[in-house]
Amino acid sequence: MHALWPLAAVGAAAICGIVSAAGIEDGEERSGVDFMTPETQALQADDMSNPGMLWVLQGEQLWQQAEGRADVACAGCHDDASQTMRGVAARYSAFDAATERPIDLAGRINSCRAERQQAEPLAPESDALLALTAYVAHQSRGMPITPATDARLAPFRDNGRRLFQSRIGQLELSCASCHDDDWGKRLGGSVIPQAHPTGYPLFRLEWQTVGSLQRRLRNCMIGVRAEPLDLELHLTERARGLLVETPAVRP
Amino acid sequence: MACLALKGLLLAASPGAGEEVGSYAVTGDAIMEPLVGGKGDPARGAALISDRQRSLCTLCHSGPFPDAHLHGTLAPDLTGVGARLSEGQIRLRVVDMKRLVPNTIMPSYYRVEDEQGRRVATVWRSKPILSGDDILDIGAYLTTLKG
Ligand code: HEC
Ligand code: HEC
Repeated sequence: MHALWPLAAVGAAAICGIVSAAGIEDGEERSGVDFMTPETQALQADDMSNPGMLWVLQGEQLWQQAEGRADVACAGCHDDASQTMRGVAARYSAFDAATERPIDLAGRINSCRAERQQAEPLAPESDALLALTAYVAHQSRGMPITPATDARLAPFRDNGRRLFQSRIGQLELSCASCHDDDWGKRLGGSVIPQAHPTGYPLFRLEWQTVGSLQRRLRNCMIGVRAEPLDLELHLTERARGLLVETPAVRP
Repeated sequence: MACLALKGLLLAASPGAGEEVGSYAVTGDAIMEPLVGGKGDPARGAALISDRQRSLCTLCHSGPFPDAHLHGTLAPDLTGVGARLSEGQIRLRVVDMKRLVPNTIMPSYYRVEDEQGRRVATVWRSKPILSGDDILDIGAYLTTLKG
């Protein structure tokens, strides 16, 4: 692993801001799963021991459950998720015409709840929202990440790329300082992965529960002592071609 | 950045940071004078170096500190740093490594500048990462690492 990073570092410093995958050479993109211990890898790989599967199973039940004043289940409109939801997570986030902003998978689930089911939105990081999101994303497991090409997303994605490469917070580190230039090295006891959002929502051992990509991002932003920012679209673009793992497990 | 060239010395002032960051003079690649008065406490400095929440040093650096398995691999090993560098050289490196290596990842521990646009979280705003006393103690400890 250590032999790999110097190549990446030189690239990133030189062409920062020009190419979306600056810093990680073509063919070097690797999911966080590759940086974990064999024990944690085994935990993710076996559905019987992967604790994230509990959320997927709960999501499967919620999918069938009629909700709201419309008294309709997700299945009432979308039928069999293994058919209708296959590939959806692999291309999210999408552009939401109503708000003229990008919307992530959990946001879309909540907007269906409000508009179609006429139910109260689910709280961010609530078990129910994580469960439904994990269930939907699980239908894309094994598929390559292929972000939506909608041109209206471009300005948001570009802004994310700029922020990813900007030095932020009291520590003045950019996401790229660690995840493009120094992946594979250790920050304290933790190996620095490339920050690809392949397995969200995922079970994090440190949390002892399932959490969203937004929650994971907040961890790194608190780490550099910065205010939160929205980077989901850029991260998904960086991860193009990597396989969806939901529900993943991470240290 | 407010730098004034004065008789071969660089005098760095901290714009608008109040009392929190004092000014200091850079000579070559060192800050010769301590940032604050008093004598450094090497034992407190050793404890600070290993404080993963406050100084963060061992998140990047390894060295003759406890819990080697929790040391990072992002920065040079600090074993023997007291033989390689003088106290004043160490001081400048901790205060503001960016003066020596502009694109370094090592945080500038005693600098409050250009916060605009950096999205510094409210609780950390307008504060240096470490105080002058902290840096005095860390310097007193690191100079004891002779080999
Ligand atoms: C000083 C180093 C450092 C910086 C700066 C940093 N990160 Fe991280 N990041 C890490 C480490 C270390 C981990 C893995 C933690 C673990 O395994 O427990 C991580 C994990 C992640 C993950 C999870 C990847 C996965 O496999 O699920 C994402 C996403 C991420 N970071 C995004 C970011 C973003 C966005 C920024 C900028 C706001 C950022 N990071 C800044 C060190 C850093
Ligand atoms: C985010 C990473 C990071 C952190 C945190 C960090 N450093 Fe560094 N440090 C570096 C890097 C990288 C270098 C080498 C300079 C360079 O090439 O950028 C360095 C160099 C040094 C040097 C010079 C070493 C030599 O042999 O020339 C000293 C002394 C030093 N650091 C002390 C500290 C102390 C003390 C702390 C905590 C108060 C600390 N560092 C925190 C990354 C870090």
